[in-house]
Amino acid sequence: MNELIKKLTEAYGPAGFEDQVRDLIQPEVAPYADEIKVDALGNLIVHKKGDGSGLKVMIAAHMDEIGVMVTHITKEGYVRFTNIGGVYPRTLHGNRVRFADGTIGIISTEPLADRNKVNSLDKHFIDVGATSSEDCPVKVGDAAGFWREFAVLGSRLVAKSMDDRIGCVVAIEALKRLKETPHDVYFVFSVQEEVGTRGAQTAANALNPDVGIALDVTLTGDTPEARPMAVSLGKGTAIKVKDTGMIAHAGLVKLMRQRAEEAGIPYQMEVLEGGTTDARPMQIANAGCAAGCISIPCRYVHSQSEMVDGNDVENSVRLLVEILSKPIAL
Amino acid sequence: MNELLKQLTEADGVSSNEKEIRLLIRDLIADHVDEWRVDSMGNLIALKKGTGASDLRVLVDAHMDEVGLMITEIASDGTLKFEPVGGFNDRTLLGKVVRVGADKISGVIGAKPVHLLSASERRRVVKIDSMRIDIGAKDKSAANGKVKPGDFAAFVTTYQEMGNTALGKAFDNRAGCAALIELLRGEPYPFDLYAAFTVQEEVGLRGAQVAAYSVQPDVALVLECTPAYDLPTKEDVSPNVALGQGPSIYVMDAVTIQDPRLVAHITRTAAERGIPYQIRRPGGGGTNTAVIQRTHTGIPAATIAVPGRHAHTPVMMINLEDYANVVKLTDAVLRTLSPDIVRRNLN
Amino acid sequence: MDTFEILKKLTETPGPSGNEGGIAHVIAELWQPYVDSVTVDRVGSLIAVRNGQGKAPRQRLLLAAHMDEIGLMVRQIVSHNGYGFLRVTNVGGVDIRQIYAQQVVVHGRQELPGVLGCLPPSMLPEEKQNKPYDYEDLVVDVGLPAEEVEKLVSVGDFVSFRQPLHQLLGKRVAGKSLDNRASVTAVTLCLHYLAQRTHTWDIIAVATAQEETRLLGAYTSAFSQRPDAAVAIDVTFGKGPGVNDANAFELGGGPTIDWGPNVHPGMYRALKEAADAIELPVHTATHSRYSGTDAFGLQIAREGIPTGLVGIPLRYMHTMVETADLTDIERTGRLLAEFITRLDDKFLESLAAGMMEEK
Repeated sequence: MNELIKKLTEAYGPAGFEDQVRDLIQPEVAPYADEIKVDALGNLIVHKKGDGSGLKVMIAAHMDEIGVMVTHITKEGYVRFTNIGGVYPRTLHGNRVRFADGTIGIISTEPLADRNKVNSLDKHFIDVGATSSEDCPVKVGDAAGFWREFAVLGSRLVAKSMDDRIGCVVAIEALKRLKETPHDVYFVFSVQEEVGTRGAQTAANALNPDVGIALDVTLTGDTPEARPMAVSLGKGTAIKVKDTGMIAHAGLVKLMRQRAEEAGIPYQMEVLEGGTTDARPMQIANAGCAAGCISIPCRYVHSQSEMVDGNDVENSVRLLVEILSKPIAL
Repeated sequence: MNELLKQLTEADGVSSNEKEIRLLIRDLIADHVDEWRVDSMGNLIALKKGTGASDLRVLVDAHMDEVGLMITEIASDGTLKFEPVGGFNDRTLLGKVVRVGADKISGVIGAKPVHLLSASERRRVVKIDSMRIDIGAKDKSAANGKVKPGDFAAFVTTYQEMGNTALGKAFDNRAGCAALIELLRGEPYPFDLYAAFTVQEEVGLRGAQVAAYSVQPDVALVLECTPAYDLPTKEDVSPNVALGQGPSIYVMDAVTIQDPRLVAHITRTAAERGIPYQIRRPGGGGTNTAVIQRTHTGIPAATIAVPGRHAHTPVMMINLEDYANVVKLTDAVLRTLSPDIVRRNLN
Repeated sequence: MDTFEILKKLTETPGPSGNEGGIAHVIAELWQPYVDSVTVDRVGSLIAVRNGQGKAPRQRLLLAAHMDEIGLMVRQIVSHNGYGFLRVTNVGGVDIRQIYAQQVVVHGRQELPGVLGCLPPSMLPEEKQNKPYDYEDLVVDVGLPAEEVEKLVSVGDFVSFRQPLHQLLGKRVAGKSLDNRASVTAVTLCLHYLAQRTHTWDIIAVATAQEETRLLGAYTSAFSQRPDAAVAIDVTFGKGPGVNDANAFELGGGPTIDWGPNVHPGMYRALKEAADAIELPVHTATHSRYSGTDAFGLQIAREGIPTGLVGIPLRYMHTMVETADLTDIERTGRLLAEFITRLDDKFLESLAAGMMEEK
């Protein structure tokens, strides 16, 4: 799986500009799909047919990542920018971004009297090697993602945009391993999650599923002085009960736990006190659906070095396959 | 279900308004004591005669009052202004139910809806003097005749048990009262035992002072329920006392150094009988020992307490084994109490 | 029908947002005698339909009263001195200033009673000593050994508050979750009154799920039922200590009929006319933007639904001693029944015409 993880996490795909990621995922899933389409917003929708006895299930993993967008190019050729999604100023200085055409830029910041403080986003700029606005290779409106290579540290895997390429990997792997299912399963590789779960919203409206399961990263409470949270890296896949945007369907949560226990899959129960996922729009679409989320525990989320544990990834795949290959009674 | 604890904790007896609890305890002990009387403060003092084997005079004290509220004024909108009777953390009262006055009128302590609070209000502790009790009166005239300034209000909590844990109001100090009642119901001691169910502990140890004066014992034990702060903390510190680790023995608190000979007798007795005990972390707090010890020419006194979580709130918790062990330990301490323990010989 | 007994049963049944199964069951039993069908939908809302006596196809009115209540959820289990304690987070808008020393029920593998405890302020870090307690320091104490708690409770378990309904003076009552079981009671009374009267429209009574967190049940039930019109019933701020502005209402002074962007003006007028017809005292509550109720969700379902909003004055909202007057609840039931019996084939046309009147 690591090869696929490397390929996807190193791809360019800030929210709204997911084409390159989609082009990588499509050939991976094509051999296993009964039907593939791309909708108006750019969601990649992969249909695997059931035997007619089950429910309509939507699985959502978002392709987009956080990033930046050029707002202004100074006469000297420096690039001012705004955020796409939740970009923290403290992750910026000295880091690199990459534009759609491969142009690399480094981020720096205006001087600050107190070195223990961090400048706000608007006091940062990108240097793409230009000497003036004329020879600057990027223009206002261009989007960039962060750039950092994938690394393997024992069982831990580190990359930019683990959020949520790792969810995409879980979806792809589950699709590959899913031999038979009673359910009409739609794997949706969604767009624009980082700017407000927009892609999953239209996909859910269109598909009108009975059950919606998001695959996304969640925070952990296992780093020094972390906010207390009963999720740790390497202790299993996480079954979400609640985050700030959604309370998961109680019956679906129960079923997920049951499937994990039956199959001996290590799992953790997740109550997330910041953030939400594509499960939120799925839950409230149309007449509503039973929504939940399988989370992959991840440290340093929304930094350029997001860390997951390979075993948790594997266990997330196993749990999803267990759920999809058996009947879902809610 | 421990019926004795249930009855005692569900009765009301806010400091200086102890009549209800006093009558209940009187009924519970009358058949087991030789005489009883009520003094001018309202202390219930009972005598259980000894076998005659020892001429010691022993006092066992348990205060029967509880913290509560006193109505000070009926406001024009029909709500009641009040003051605390006993010590309260301001955070305790908001959103709680009380019963007011002799007729036990239900009342609630409300709060401005969270929706309407400014950000700074949300981060501010609501002070007791700005709270009101709402008994459902439309205005002052609707409240008149139902309640009056000077009425007392007590918390409303049904006693219940979860495994070895009991939950209820006023374990401080109905747990001590219950233990003392159990002792009175047992076999006579070698000496005359005076049991004092005292008033007004929560407003300054006032009942025990006069009870000790009139009984004038040679030795006194105080049965209490001591606050246990054994909740999770970030720092690695020992709790002052913890539930489930046995009777809590006082050595020193903010106002008293307990009689060291009695403390040694208590811990030795516990060790001999295999009864678990814990030394309450010295410092802070205080019990009726403070006033009993300093009555007349001085009285050797010590405290044995049931640890109780969430003290001075409507919902305390105690461990029933701790309670049973307080009864067992106190009984053993009394039965082996000889005059030499507290005698001072000058060499 | 004994209003106090219905309200008592409803408020004492737990139903925090996302875990409405128990309360839905109780409501279904209450409504069963008056309706032709009862179902629970995919997100947990209870949907009951009472057919009208008009000729099919009949027009349909949706009544929405949310059944969920604020609560807590376990986020961590901590072992300390042999006991197991639970760290929790809020479900919905819990007023953290008043949850210390409240009784709760933990919905684990079995229901466990518990208490919210905290170390005294003097034992907390200095910067916290003059602040209300927060979720970092508050714990739920279930009084059980750690190993037992580990067995019975899991991260993600719901915790509901516990408070019996108390009778105060007159017809005032206090307890938890009168927001919004007071309205569920009013809808129950309305169905009871309708059983003795004639109405042509179908009534879809919905006890919505997850209002306190995201108005989930309002959006989804309006989408699935596609009613011709809707009325949301919720509590509104009662005048009382600290709350005295023009948009707060006397307990016992009658329900409010609400006005503002979330409300169709014709629905407002029709509710007002119904109240006037039976000389029922009502007040107008205004919302300049978001009403904070199911009306917000109902109004924009599908092609849009003419929506009205009725409020029951409530003191101390989102505390464990929410206080209301039974008279207001009963009046709300009567108002809804009167409004419904007045609905006819012309009603929708009159709503539409009203939008074009030059006034």
